Parts: sequence; C-alpha cells; structure tokens
Amino acid sequence: MTSGFLQFANHYLMWNEGPLIWISDALIVLAVVAIVATLTYTKRWGWLWREWITTTDHKRIGIMYLICALLMLFRGGVDALLMRTQLAFPGEHFLNAEHYDQIFTTHGTIMILFMAMPFIFALFNIVVPLQIGARDVAFPYLNAISFWLFFFGALLFNISFVFGGSPDAGWVSYPPLTELGYDPGPGENYYLVAINLSGIGTIATGINFLVTILRMRAPGMTWNRVPLFTWSVLASCIVILAAFPALTVALALLLLDRIAGTHFFTVLHGGNPMMFINLFWVWGHPEVYIVILPAFGVYSEVVATFSRKAIFGYKSMVASLLLISVISYLVWAHHFFTMGAGADVNTFFAIASMCVGIPTGVKIFNWLFTMYRGRIRLTLPMLWTLAFIPNFVTGGATGILLAAAPEDYQYHNSYFLIAHFHQTLIGGVVYGMLAGMYYWWPKMFGFKLDEKSGKIAFWLWNIGFYVCFMPQYALGLMGMQRRMYTYPANMGWNTLNLASTIGAYLMGLAFLVIVWQILYSIRHGERDVTGDPWDGRTLEWSLPSPVPEYNFAVIPTVTARDMWWAAKYEGQMEHVRPRAEDIRDIHVPKHTARPFLIGLSFFIAGFGLVFEWYVLTAVGFASVLCCLLLRALEEDDEMVIAADTIRQHEATLGRV
Amino acid sequence: MKRGSRWWRAGLLALAPFALAGCGQDVLVLHPAGPAAREIDRLIILSVILLLVVIVPVFALTIYIVWRYRDKPDNRAPYTPQWTESRALEWIWWSIPMVIVGVLGAYTAKTTFALTRPPESNSNVVTVDVVSLDWKWLFLYPDQHVATVNYCVIPTGVPVQFVLTSDAPINSFWVPQLAGQEYTMPGMALRLWVQADHPGNYYGHGANFTGKGFAEMSFTVEARSESAFRLWAQGLEQHAPALTDAGYQLLKKPGVTGRLSYGNFPKGLFDQVVWQDGGQYMSGMWGTPTMGSMDGQSGSNLASLGGGDGR
Amino acid sequence: MATRAHAMGEPRDGGTRALALEYTHAEDRTRILGFWIFLATDMILFGCLFATYLVLRTHMDGGPTPATLFDMKGFGAETLALLTSSFTGGLATLSMRDGRQKSVAFWMSVTIVLGLTFLGIEASEFAHDAFIGAVWQRSAFLSSFFTLVGTHGCHVTFGVLWMLVTLYQVLRRGLTPRTARKVFVVNLYWHFLDVVWIFIFTVVYLTGMVM
Repeated sequence: MTSGFLQFANHYLMWNEGPLIWISDALIVLAVVAIVATLTYTKRWGWLWREWITTTDHKRIGIMYLICALLMLFRGGVDALLMRTQLAFPGEHFLNAEHYDQIFTTHGTIMILFMAMPFIFALFNIVVPLQIGARDVAFPYLNAISFWLFFFGALLFNISFVFGGSPDAGWVSYPPLTELGYDPGPGENYYLVAINLSGIGTIATGINFLVTILRMRAPGMTWNRVPLFTWSVLASCIVILAAFPALTVALALLLLDRIAGTHFFTVLHGGNPMMFINLFWVWGHPEVYIVILPAFGVYSEVVATFSRKAIFGYKSMVASLLLISVISYLVWAHHFFTMGAGADVNTFFAIASMCVGIPTGVKIFNWLFTMYRGRIRLTLPMLWTLAFIPNFVTGGATGILLAAAPEDYQYHNSYFLIAHFHQTLIGGVVYGMLAGMYYWWPKMFGFKLDEKSGKIAFWLWNIGFYVCFMPQYALGLMGMQRRMYTYPANMGWNTLNLASTIGAYLMGLAFLVIVWQILYSIRHGERDVTGDPWDGRTLEWSLPSPVPEYNFAVIPTVTARDMWWAAKYEGQMEHVRPRAEDIRDIHVPKHTARPFLIGLSFFIAGFGLVFEWYVLTAVGFASVLCCLLLRALEEDDEMVIAADTIRQHEATLGRV
Repeated sequence: MKRGSRWWRAGLLALAPFALAGCGQDVLVLHPAGPAAREIDRLIILSVILLLVVIVPVFALTIYIVWRYRDKPDNRAPYTPQWTESRALEWIWWSIPMVIVGVLGAYTAKTTFALTRPPESNSNVVTVDVVSLDWKWLFLYPDQHVATVNYCVIPTGVPVQFVLTSDAPINSFWVPQLAGQEYTMPGMALRLWVQADHPGNYYGHGANFTGKGFAEMSFTVEARSESAFRLWAQGLEQHAPALTDAGYQLLKKPGVTGRLSYGNFPKGLFDQVVWQDGGQYMSGMWGTPTMGSMDGQSGSNLASLGGGDGR
Repeated sequence: MATRAHAMGEPRDGGTRALALEYTHAEDRTRILGFWIFLATDMILFGCLFATYLVLRTHMDGGPTPATLFDMKGFGAETLALLTSSFTGGLATLSMRDGRQKSVAFWMSVTIVLGLTFLGIEASEFAHDAFIGAVWQRSAFLSSFFTLVGTHGCHVTFGVLWMLVTLYQVLRRGLTPRTARKVFVVNLYWHFLDVVWIFIFTVVYLTGMVM
C-alpha cells in the first residue's frame, strides 16, 4: 500500500523533486485551508454562492476577473523572481535545468494568457456597459460562462506544477520539441488543454462585447460619440475574434499529435513543424495587440480626464486603433525571420512590422497634445500614464529595430528581445491596466485607493523596471541567449545580470506595496460619495459608486461626446439625470449555477485529456452537454426589479 | 522642477549600464569581425539614429508639457480646452514616421537581400555542414573530409557557407561577431554565409531552446589563415579517428560532450540526416533527393538544398 | 416581390406583422447577430484547418493517396444528402414564417434524417479507410484529411442533436418569437455547415481525385 502511494507521490506529486515542490504544496494547502476557514467562520458560503459564483452581473464578473488577474500577477511574478534569483550569479544551480525550464514556460504563459487577458476583461466588464449607457452586456449568461472557462483553464494550468509537472518548452511550445519524442509526460498537455479551455471563453467574450457595443449603446450615442475606451474594446474584440480560432487549431492539432498519434507537426511521416509556428504566430502577434489596445483606451480616458480637456484628434485616434488592428494581421512572420523564409518574404514582413509603429506613434502625439494647454493633475492613473509614454516609446523603438530583419538575425531569442517585449508588455499593458484599476476602482468599490502608498509603489516599480530591463538590452548585444538556466562566468555578463535581479526584486517589492495599499484602503481609503471622484467626462461617472445592480435607473439620452462632461458643464443634465416618473420595472437575468458547472465540467474533461484518462473526458463532456440542454429548455431566466424599489433606492442616494 | 529632475536622475541611472556596456569588447554584436556582421551593425546604427529623430522630441515634449501645464492655481500657461483638432499637426505626425519607415524599409530590404549573397565574390568557398544535436554541435567538412564537435575552424578572408540542419529539435546557429543567426531545422538544409576578417576565436551558441541541456550548446568558431586552416584539416585527416555510423548514433543520444575531432566521416552522412524519414516534410515538393535548387543567389541567406552529391 | 420579401422576413400579407417572428423582440435580434459573429469565428477555424490540409496534403509518406481513398459514389451521396437537408431546413424556416407549426416539425425531421444519413455514409467511409490501413496516424496527409472532414462531421453531429432539441421545443411550446429564433439559428448553423461542405467537397475530394 505504502509503496504504491509512494510511487504515486513521486510520479504525480513529484515529491522526490525537492523543496520547491514541497513549499508549493504547503502554500497551496495553507491557502485553501485559510479560505475555507474564513468562509466558514464568517458564515459566508451562501453569500459567496449567491453573490459571486452564480452571478451574471457584469460588474461582479469584472471584479472576479480582476482578482484572478492580480493573483496571477503574483504567481507569474514569483516565477520571475525565481528565475532572476537563479541568474543573479553565474553558474548557479539553485534551480535545476528542468525546473527552470518549467518556470520560464509558466511565467510567460501565465503573464500573457492568465494575467493580461483577465485584466483587460475585468476592465471590459466593469466599464463598457456603463460607458455606453447599458444595463448589462448583450449576453450575460455567456459572460459568466466566459469567466468560469477562464477560471478553470487557469486553475488547470496552475496545478500542473504540483501534479504531473508543468510544461517546459517555452510559452510558444514549438514542435518538434513538444512532440512526444522529445517531451513526454502530461506537462505539455496541460498547456494545450488549459489554454484552449480558456480560449473558448475568450472567443465568447469577443462576441459578447462586440454585440454589446454594436447593439446596446444608449439612444443618441452615434459612433462619433462613443468613448475611446469603448472604441478600443471594439477594436480588441475584432482582433480576438479573428485571431483566437487560429490558436485553437494550432493547440488542438498539437494535442492530437501527442495523444492520438497524428502527424501534423512531427518530423516523421510527413509532418511539418513550420505549420504550427505559422498558425501559432498568426494568433500570437494579434494577441499582443489584443492586450495593448484596451490599455491605449485607458490612457485616452485618463489623459482627457486629468488634463481637463477632451482628447485631441478623436477621429485620428479611432482610425489609428482600427489601423493597428488590421496591420497586426500582416506582421506575424517577424517572429521567425530566421526560419529561412527568403529575403522577399522577410522584407515584406519587416516593412509591415515597421508600419504598425506609425499609428501607434500618432496616438502618443495625440495624447501629448491633449495634455498641451490643458490642466494636468498628477493622480495615480495619470502618473502611470505619464510613465507609460517614455517606457513604451522606447520599447516600441526597439520593436522597430527588431522589425528590421537583418538586425533581428542578431537580436532574435536573445535578451534584447526579452527586454523589448517586457518593455512593451509591462510599460504598455501592465501600466495601462494599473492606471485603469486605479481610475475605475472607486466606481467598483465606492472608495479610492490610497495615494501615498500608491506613489511609493509607482516609484519603486518604475525604478525597478528600468534597473531590471535596461541591462538586458546590453546583455542581448553581448550574446546572452534567452531560456538559459545558467550562464558562464567568463562572458562579462555577471554585473548586468546582478543589476537586473535587483531591479526585479524592486518590482516585487512594489507589488507588495500595492497589495498593502489595497488592504489599507479597504479600511481607510477616501470614500467616494458623489460617484464622480475625478470630475470625469463619460457616463459611468454619472452613476453612484458602487453602481446599483440595474446600472441606470433610466437609460440616458446621449447628445454629445463626453456626455457626462456635457451634462455638468454644457447644460445637458436633463438627458442624464433620472426622473422618478420615467422609472419602470427592470428585467435582469437570474443568478444561475450553470456557468460555474459548465466550467467545472470542462475542467474535468480537460484533466482527463491531459492524463489520457478518457473516462473523465467523457464524463466531463457529457456534463457540458447536459448543462447546454438545460439551458436550451429553460423558459424563465429573468427576474424583475420593481420600479418602486428602484425609485426608493435612487431617492436615498439623492438622485431623484 | 522637482519632478523633472527626478526623471533625469532615473533616466541616467537606467541608461548608464547600457551606455557603458556599449563600449566594452564584450558587446559582441557591436564589435563585428566579419562583413556580414558589419552590414548588420551598419543597419543597427542607421536605425537607431532614425528612431532618435522620433524619440528625442517625444521625451522632450513629455517633460516640457508635464512641467508647464500642471493644474496649479497660479499657473498662467494658456488653457484651451476646446482645441482638440489640428490638421497641420496630424499631417506632421503621420507623415514624418512614414518617411522614417520608408527610409529604414529601403535599407532593410537592401541589407536583407545582400545577406543572401556571399560576402565577397571569391571562388574559394569553404563549405561546412552543421548538424545541431541534443546538446552539441557537429561540423562536417565535405571537401576536407574531417569533422568536429563543438568547435569549427574556418579560414579568414574567405566566404564560408554553413549549411545547417538539425537531428534534434529546431535550434539556431549564432556567432554574433561574424553573422546573424539562422535556424537549424530537421529535414531541411539552410545556408548561412559567414566570413571572418581576422584570425580569432569567436563565441557561438545555440539560439533556439531545445530542452534540458540547451544552456550547454555553446561552440567556438576559430578563424585561422588559409594556410593554417589547410594544415589543420590535413592534420586531422591524418591523425584523428574516424566518425563511424555507430559513433554518430552515440552523438545523437541526448547528452553533453566536450570538443571532439574526427579524421573522416561516412560519405553522405549529412544528406542522410537531412533526407531521413523520406525527406520528411519536403518530400512532396522535391520528388527525389537529386532535385531541388542549388541557386546560391536566390531567396534568403539560406536556400533549401537538394543535396545528393555524396556529402 | 412578395416571395422575396417573405424570405427576407417581411410579412407576406404586407401588414399584420411588422417583422418575421424571430425578429420581433430585440433580445432575439441580438442573439441572431451574436450567432452570425460566432459563425465568422467558426469560419476562421475551418479556414485554418483548410490551410493545414493544403500544406500537408502532398505529404503522404508513401502511404495511401487521395486517389486510393476517395470514392465518387460515397462522397457524391453524402453531398446529395447534406445539400438536400440544407434545402429542407430552409423549408422549415419558411414554414415558420408562415406560422405552420406542423410543417416546421415535418421539415425539421426530414432535415435530421438526411443529416443522419450524411453521418452514416461518412462513418462507413471512415470505417472502410481504417480497414485498409488508412488511419490518421499513418501520414500527415491522412491526419489533416481526417481532422478537417472529421471536425465538420462533429459539427454536423452536434447540429443534429441541436435540431432534435429545437424540434422538441417547437412541438412542446409552439411557435413563439423565442422558438422561432431557435429554429432560425439552428438552420443558419446548418446552412453554414453546408457551405463548409461545399468547400471540402471541392478542395478535398474533387481536387484529390484530379491530382
């Protein structure tokens, strides 16, 4: 019995692999115990189920996405610190090669797919319906399904480290390295299944928000009056819908190669690894635009609000968003200039990649000229936006360097590349997400996050960022390769690596300060009693904070761009302020457990695929079909909020 | 100005290691030792200059605007909240980047095509076939009939074509001071032109992740004078043991070896490696191994080779 | 023309109903739009599978070729079944516009039977292929063929189940805006699969026979 258990423990739980595994196990167990204990002690199980797990309210779903994104930022950040600790000194073996390989794989995958994506979806959910004057998204039930698919996909991916082993072939997972011949075991399967699982949710989100923006804008909100954040969400959704199916196919075919013995990308029997690489990057390049476009949208809102000035060049800004979306589809081969495509193909993709920098540059100038002759307030969202400008411009510039194919022959897969994409992803996406989080936090929760600790975190992060990543440009030029678990002492890389590690730790410290800031502000943060703590310009600021379940008691009529500003300062208030006599009953979707159950069923099915325990897969898929059937036959999925209730609620807030 | 000066301090702190590092001999990419790497270096310098044309104004504008237009009660700078469009400005910031992209694009195209040709026309081309393995580099000299592992010797001043393949996952052959990198693909043969100006030992490393032992995939390119190169090859041929088929199978096994030298190797070994598994995914297009283009001027700095002349 | 307007959802009698049943409620119109967008993503998915097939179809690795596999009678019959089923699905939608519940049920049943016929022929084709050793583990060509055609087949299977559930609802609850929308959407899905099949028929089977 014990020997059987020990075998299981060593094979699946990897207890023979040392302290990293044991510590992770211990932390997971502690975390689960802590959560269960707290919920039981405070008698909040019912509340959790009713208010969160079965919700279809976009605002709640947005908050859940945000919490997950921050947790994944923590996990991905720990991965980063482990790597940087290893690389602080040459010849270190605190992590063996296999663990290091797993860690850089999970770091990349988590940060892009399970941190950046939920972060943008958090903002999509919280902001878009409010900005366009709608009561919810077009498909609230589907919205909940999207969240739970993401959640269970992320969960599946995260348990890989302590059960079966994480993928270890890099976040891009190229065959033939990822074929069974070179990479047996469940690790890579976790990658393929978990990402596809959450990818289904992503496609659903894309459809949801596209239809929401197309169909559910308040009366009078013509395309010319749509806020720029909503425009950026529209552009991002178009890119999601066109790109994600390619990823689904790429990963599904590689999974078939691994579990069904097919030959899409194998070296034997006619397979072609280049097909995977093309399919993957046809998705992969648009993916980074999927995450940056909403960040650009955040910056537009923040710059306008905190310069007390409407955004400069609105039409140009919209055009550049859409241009970026289109051009992002024409550049994917720049991820493999060195794969032998030929000078003509490489030249085309090089020039196309340079072109995508043009609309991006236009946006930077438009933001600067919004601030020009405005009145700039240095709040936390604005600080992060201002820090984004030099950071992203530099990162974008190194992107142009990489776009020049012959230069890429030297930069490719070196630390120069790592520095570039971290600069654009952190300096562009993460800064934007933090700015958005700080900007819309009062709307979500009814209080502002503390400015002082926020500023400390801001400076720590920025200094840490430059100290961490600027040396990496140099390291790349000195010949240091990415994905090396250690490096020799005689290449002259030692000091720069140590500096880079120090910078990483500073960023880790900054993250801790942010966590402290959030906890502190729950008790002591300045309460938002007006609903408009920033003197905002768009419709979400016309609502109380936090927003009531039904959002708008009366759907506003839109007569101008920046409608809330027009209401406050240009005499348009009667179109926005609800009148008691206009309030009617409101139908909202009922809470339902099925999205959660669908997610759980897919989790079980996916788990079965990872380990090729097909009974689980069959059970999981059968359960999904049952849930779909129940939904199809469902007649009554709405409940009513009575007009009187709404009138009373609005009255207590002093709004009617 | 408090905020402005903080920006300068942080900026200098960040740039310092980069600027200082650029001077050192360790910055291999910026110290080219061969014509191919030099071409790339020239393009790097040109592109950095072109980009500074955009970056410097952006940084300057940012600092100026933030400093001047703060929301302070005593700020007497103009406040024009209604000014939100300017055709002139849009023309400027759409067209200047387009011009920059046009110029850089033209030079990029020129360099990309130039790198597909040998660095200088010289009938004395040396061929080195490269097979990346887990986790070592095998170099086969078809004309000199010698082979080495984890190091190779090339003559200076002569174009060398490295013909790259892999008998392991996709890797990448990179000698930063001599040329850009090129992937080694199983079932394909790609050509990379390399030339060293002066004798020396040049650092090389695999540049695409291939698993556990990837960090060990460094190799050296030793450039020697033409006569020294010939002497070296003759010496190996006479004294070094031969690489047998069995020996190659041992090399194929995952593991790390040091430097090895061989005085001979099985005829057609490289072709065999490329064309194993039925010529794998190229088979439908190539038919038989003797077909295929050997056109050294076509396409990239690499060409898919038909092989078949007993290498 | 009255017939064309009728097909587009306008009322045949020109006045008593402003729109076809499935378009009368905003919620249903929104769902139909959402489904069109979903079909766009599914089209891209199939596009990637087609691209993979086009790249790998010459990589037979000395194994079975398209000529040995593709049997004109078999894929001809499949095509006939599926195309006809798309037509009968269209008839179901038209009946729905006329408010004729029994007719809707009838035509949907015919569609389901034809769909099952298609699946039956395809299953037997695959079984025969397996019998002669043409399995998807044999070569890249076979992997991509079976995946492309098989993915379409899975979509059809799901569509058949979906139609059954919709049929049940039509019988049980009659033709309401909601059930009308469901009939419309499932038939839209079915027509989409038909279009994909026409591409498969052309790119895979016909070109395979000719190559």
